[in-house]
Amino acid sequence: MATTAEGFDIHTDDHAHDADHKPSFFVRWFMSTNHKDIGTLYLIFAIFAGIIGGAISGVMRMELAEPGIQYLQWWVEFMGGEPSVNANFHMWNVFITAHGLIMVFFMVMPAMIGGFGNWFVPLMIGAPDMAFPRMNNISFWLTVAGFCSLLFSMFVPGGIGGNGAGVGWTVYAPLSTTGSAGPAVDFAIFSLHLAGAGSILGATNFITTILNMRAPGMTLHKMPLFVWSMLVTAFLLLLALPVLAAAITMLLTDRNFDTAFFNPAGGGDPVLYQHLFWFFGHPEVYIMILPGFGMISQIVATFSRKPVFGYLGMAYAMVAIGVVGFVVWAHHMYTVGMDVNMKMYFTAATMVIAVPTGVKIFSWIATMWGGSIEFKSPMVWALGFIFLFTVGGVTGVYLANGGIDDVVHDTYFVVAHFHYVLSMGAVFSLFAAFYYWFPKMSGRWHSEFLSHVHFWVFFIGVNIIFFPQHFLGWQGMPRRYPDYTEAYSYWNEISSFGYHVMAFSMLIFFVNIGYALVAGRKAEGNYWGEGATTLEWTLSSPPPFHQFETLPVIEDHHDYHDHMPSKA
Amino acid sequence: MTLGLSLKRAYTLLILSLSMGVLALMPSGAAAQDEAAATEAVAAEATAEAATDGLYTPLGQDMVKGQPVAAEDDFYGSMNVQPQFSDVGEYANGFHVALIWIMAIISVFVLGLIFWVVVRYNKRSNPTPSKTTHNTFIEVVWTLVPVLILIGIALPSISLLAMQYEDPPEDAITVKATGAQWNWQYELPDYGVEFTSNMLNLKEGPEINPGIRQVGSEPWDGPGQLEVDNRLVLPVGKPLRIQTTAQVVIHSFAIPALWFKLDAVPGRLNERLLTINEPGIYYGQCSELCGVKHGYMPIAIEVLPMDKFEDWVRSKGGTVPGDAPAEEAATDDAAEADAAALTEASTEPAADAVAAE
Repeated sequence: MATTAEGFDIHTDDHAHDADHKPSFFVRWFMSTNHKDIGTLYLIFAIFAGIIGGAISGVMRMELAEPGIQYLQWWVEFMGGEPSVNANFHMWNVFITAHGLIMVFFMVMPAMIGGFGNWFVPLMIGAPDMAFPRMNNISFWLTVAGFCSLLFSMFVPGGIGGNGAGVGWTVYAPLSTTGSAGPAVDFAIFSLHLAGAGSILGATNFITTILNMRAPGMTLHKMPLFVWSMLVTAFLLLLALPVLAAAITMLLTDRNFDTAFFNPAGGGDPVLYQHLFWFFGHPEVYIMILPGFGMISQIVATFSRKPVFGYLGMAYAMVAIGVVGFVVWAHHMYTVGMDVNMKMYFTAATMVIAVPTGVKIFSWIATMWGGSIEFKSPMVWALGFIFLFTVGGVTGVYLANGGIDDVVHDTYFVVAHFHYVLSMGAVFSLFAAFYYWFPKMSGRWHSEFLSHVHFWVFFIGVNIIFFPQHFLGWQGMPRRYPDYTEAYSYWNEISSFGYHVMAFSMLIFFVNIGYALVAGRKAEGNYWGEGATTLEWTLSSPPPFHQFETLPVIEDHHDYHDHMPSKA
Repeated sequence: MTLGLSLKRAYTLLILSLSMGVLALMPSGAAAQDEAAATEAVAAEATAEAATDGLYTPLGQDMVKGQPVAAEDDFYGSMNVQPQFSDVGEYANGFHVALIWIMAIISVFVLGLIFWVVVRYNKRSNPTPSKTTHNTFIEVVWTLVPVLILIGIALPSISLLAMQYEDPPEDAITVKATGAQWNWQYELPDYGVEFTSNMLNLKEGPEINPGIRQVGSEPWDGPGQLEVDNRLVLPVGKPLRIQTTAQVVIHSFAIPALWFKLDAVPGRLNERLLTINEPGIYYGQCSELCGVKHGYMPIAIEVLPMDKFEDWVRSKGGTVPGDAPAEEAATDDAAEADAAALTEASTEPAADAVAAE
């Protein structure tokens, strides 16, 4: 059971191993089978993709800063196209598509699951590595290949407007089938196939690892909540992604082989695609946020110097969110023309999700209640997460109402809502986790001061960007528009101003990483002190190349009331 | 950036944090407008009366009821939904305000708890952490209270849905909106009227719809990006059977001030009842990504009293049932139109499938 990376090493074992034996550069980084190295690769990749996806959102916010078309023509020329009315507007659709796909599939998911999941699931359960180290490697490189396919799609014809796929991240048929000629949409779809295959392999790897490779004595109910969150996430991936794969494969055959799954002329139905897409798409939003829930639980417990309040409730709230998340998908398509009973069902079912989510919010607060809180940078990000996720959560309950949705569906209100849960929820938990574990991963300290400055500037920036978008949506401004009527200019200008603030905070972040790598103090094994009690803190920072060659044993008297296993 | 501008932005930031609560305190926009409505209706008559040449002159901008407002004109209005002019909209607007209160209270409550733990349970104030990890009572409370709140939300929500899905009565006027790339094609089969509605070209920038005039070239033109060459004219207070479908890709027929949004899907015929309570102009925009000019196919509805609406029908070459001069022909036409409407409703998917080819 204790499968270790050495068993599969690329070279033969002709010399003695010690825990820190590292292969040569190329073998180590391009043929890696080490979960920590693959985690690092995922994190670097996610940061790289995040820079591109974030820069695209900057381009969009600049264009929307005032009414009229200012920059699209320039971008068409920059991308090597021939500017025209259609080309300029198509460029806009390419941007919104790329921003959405990059942030979802190539930033948040690789960072959460591939990055932190790979790094810390084995460490937290006391395992030497993932169950299938070589499959772990192919998962990563499939994701990279998917990203390349998406980038490539931007340089091949995508319809009447020029290069690139301008179909939105949802790739709705028939716009993505009969509505977009040229290979760009095929490459964008193929990119989802590749990234999806990588994620499915990753999910099986996590499930196997967590179910089979926990250290002796670590029962499921003694697992740290981050591991619980990854287990639920992996199941969601495993069940949801094949549905996406099927849906987009049908898109490909509709496009290229004259099938008519989504073409009414052949007896198909465009709404079928939406059902398939959102059967994947709704669990997908929990895939993006559940690991964040797990991270926040670890961080809040650590810095309150208190075990998590209501551990079992927290774990099963995530399971409940995962299960219910599969039966609410059609709230993304309320205006499609569905039956009234169906709409009532999806309204009620969607609101049910607020209950386990509320349990989590209140349990985090109860964990801090009576604690002895230290405001280190991860904790500040976690506090920001709890509040902003609550704001995104209540607007979610608002949107759950099918009748209310009629006025805000496909407007900026929806944009504001999902950026509150993703660009504040998921991203705040990513930064919290980054500052929590960066010294553990790199062995060097970031600047706590810069991390706090980063938090405040980012917090202010994203709120200036997204809070006014609620107003724009209520006023009726539709999504995915490159231009708008004069009346919308005030709040758009403020929103675009916020982007500058947010972008400045990202500079601070990169300076901070640079500082840490060049001049950061060396980090001890357990640098957060007595509140940090999970197994990764029993190791050095960074951990040895291979850890837990002797498995740690979790003692019996540490049951879930204490949630965190003792130091081995 | 000038100092003045940054001050303005700083002020806006302050406002932002308070806005949610303040917003909910504001009286419902629709109620506030009720008084004005009566006078405006008279004005409408006057405008139409003044048009001596021809049967129909579009309403002027003094009759706009449904459009976004600029923050400079109405700061709080620019942060809320547009005033509502349908029964569904008025009911939904009340529910919307209640939901804002609930959202604001929950957010402030959670923020308050966070502030409390930050102040009370920091390392300095509370050096020794407690070891409490369970309290069954509180866990039951924070599960049940949200359930009760959600039930309280679900009940009016279900009523709203039931209201939106009322069947149109038999005498409802059928209005068919077909989304095309990139304009709306309207059809009133009961009156034999059929026309295309294109966005007017903007004053600055490239010609988006070749051959269509610029916005502002007629005295009644509304805001750029919302105004069209042929408004959809409808009678006030009459039940309308709105049907939507599309030619090639999905569009969405949306009018925010009527709380109405219905996707136009190729191969499907969606239908929803709509009754507009006041004469006036209502703007909306396509709300489903439909290709390069998705942002440039607005919806403009002009609502008139029945007799003015009938004049418009005549000006469009349509037939008003019961018109005296050509009674025989008119009856035939009306019957044909009715029959056409019926067949259309039943054979729509097939018809559109052909259109999609």
